[in-house]
Amino acid sequence: MAHVLLRHRDIPDINKLDVYKKNGGIDAFKKAVTKMQPTEVIDVVKASGLRGRGGAGFPTGMKWSFIDNKNWPHYVVANADESEPGTFKDRELMESNPFQFLEGLAIASYAVGATAAYVYLRGEFWQVAAFLDEKIAEMEKAGYLGDNLFGTEYSLKIFTHIGAGAYICGEETALLESLEGKRGQPRVRPPFPPTFGLYGKPTIINNVETFANVPPILANGADWYKSMGTADSAGVKLFSLSGRVRKPGNYELPFGKTFRELIYEYGGGIQEGRPVKAIMPAGASSSLIVVDDKVLDTPMDYATVRTLGADLGSASVIVIDDTVSVDWIINKTIHFFKHESCGKCTPCREGNYWMKHLTERIHSGDGSKADVDLLLNVAKQMQGKCLCALGEFATMAVVTGIERFPQDFKKVVKA
Amino acid sequence: MSLEKTYPKEVKQILSKYPPEQKRSAVMPLLYLAQREEGYVNKAAMQDIAKMLDITETEVASIVGFYTLYHDEKAGKYRMQVCTDLPCALRGADEFLNNLCGNLGIKVGETTDDGLVTLEGVMCLAACDKAPMFQTQGPDGIKYHENMTVDRTMELIEALKGVK
Repeated sequence: MAHVLLRHRDIPDINKLDVYKKNGGIDAFKKAVTKMQPTEVIDVVKASGLRGRGGAGFPTGMKWSFIDNKNWPHYVVANADESEPGTFKDRELMESNPFQFLEGLAIASYAVGATAAYVYLRGEFWQVAAFLDEKIAEMEKAGYLGDNLFGTEYSLKIFTHIGAGAYICGEETALLESLEGKRGQPRVRPPFPPTFGLYGKPTIINNVETFANVPPILANGADWYKSMGTADSAGVKLFSLSGRVRKPGNYELPFGKTFRELIYEYGGGIQEGRPVKAIMPAGASSSLIVVDDKVLDTPMDYATVRTLGADLGSASVIVIDDTVSVDWIINKTIHFFKHESCGKCTPCREGNYWMKHLTERIHSGDGSKADVDLLLNVAKQMQGKCLCALGEFATMAVVTGIERFPQDFKKVVKA
Repeated sequence: MSLEKTYPKEVKQILSKYPPEQKRSAVMPLLYLAQREEGYVNKAAMQDIAKMLDITETEVASIVGFYTLYHDEKAGKYRMQVCTDLPCALRGADEFLNNLCGNLGIKVGETTDDGLVTLEGVMCLAACDKAPMFQTQGPDGIKYHENMTVDRTMELIEALKGVK
């Protein structure tokens, strides 16, 4: 089947505007601006069942319908801060199929009445930002961005903005703070961005992959999109597969394929033919799933993965084989979250500090059973008390690691 | 030092991205500009940016301190930033970094004697399928180097020696 998102794998030159155009590109944006009311665009996206691809899976059309029409101007922001360990899909989309993403961003802007949109890229994507700047300039030159588009009164400008190395800026309100020139620390919500966003104005923020889904939905209709995937999770998803598989990479699959298909059919199985011990389906923020045949045969959609005691999130599937000990894994993830905690709220700042000390001690072999109990205790005290999801994410691998893989901790602690 | 005098075109282009009453948004791109030549931001540059954007020097310094890609101290001409997070580590990133340290004769955080390379361990760079990998941060901006071996890295360092 032809790709819906990774179209460059079927049409290698699709990052050239004339090739994109020849393959139906920009038609959806033109149709929206010249033939549809903004609310009609939102209705189609709603009907398609598209859910946010950044990790939370919130219904996209519903989010757009929350935009506050009493307060202007409106903004649309693309979250291209891709920083979750295990996630590397948005970069491929922006580098290889940039116009589909930009067209989706433009359609979203029209749907919510924004005349300025920003792409917030993590600082490390410096080259990607320069590349997008070129592509935006090409669209302006061709008359697809700028003033009075397609002979209508609608005008739109898209700007790139690069961060500077802070995972927390993937959290939407921290991203907005950063875009406003401040430290990237989350805001207290509510109010949510559709009422109080960039510069205090109504703002829609979506992930790069979410926007890339919009042009094909508008071109082919909501029913076409819903015909792929499952009842709970419509359409296609980019799965970033990493860890001990033979062929790591991005795979575009309809929701509902099984872990076994992803790991063995697409990922080529495990290095040295070893068995899978654990899966983290949502990157380092994920719960650890103990793997058996039933798990491998579980369809991957938002609702079904939840029955395994984990979230699908951004579908960044990290595969762990039987050579790896879970005390090492949580030492790695906590090292990450301790570094990336923004310091604003106490449970996350202090909790990660203590979890780091405890995981270091346990992993080094100096820990006791009491240290493992204390670590679990600290993680559970953090849960439900942090200002944003980062603090919560930090506890996931710790709690599920200790509870689901007790033998790995028994092995390393002193008697 | 004045960024507006050294990079008039770039400064104008950066400021044009944001509403005139929201020029504070330009602080991050301006800091990259200030850091371009020396690889770090000095006090004079922070004062210059603060003045340009009508914010305090402390506010500018807080941005430099918060984000990992800004530096307030001089290091090697190139910062070689190796990702050692979980997915990369599952593909041998820790071993790669250790061997690199051995070959260069420096520890993580240190700079080679010729001042060319500072070796750093960093957080996820979103290239988990192409580990071991690192980025170089230098006068030519940030570049990714993926599916690396120690041998290929040493060749890259040799090539960087020739760059003016």
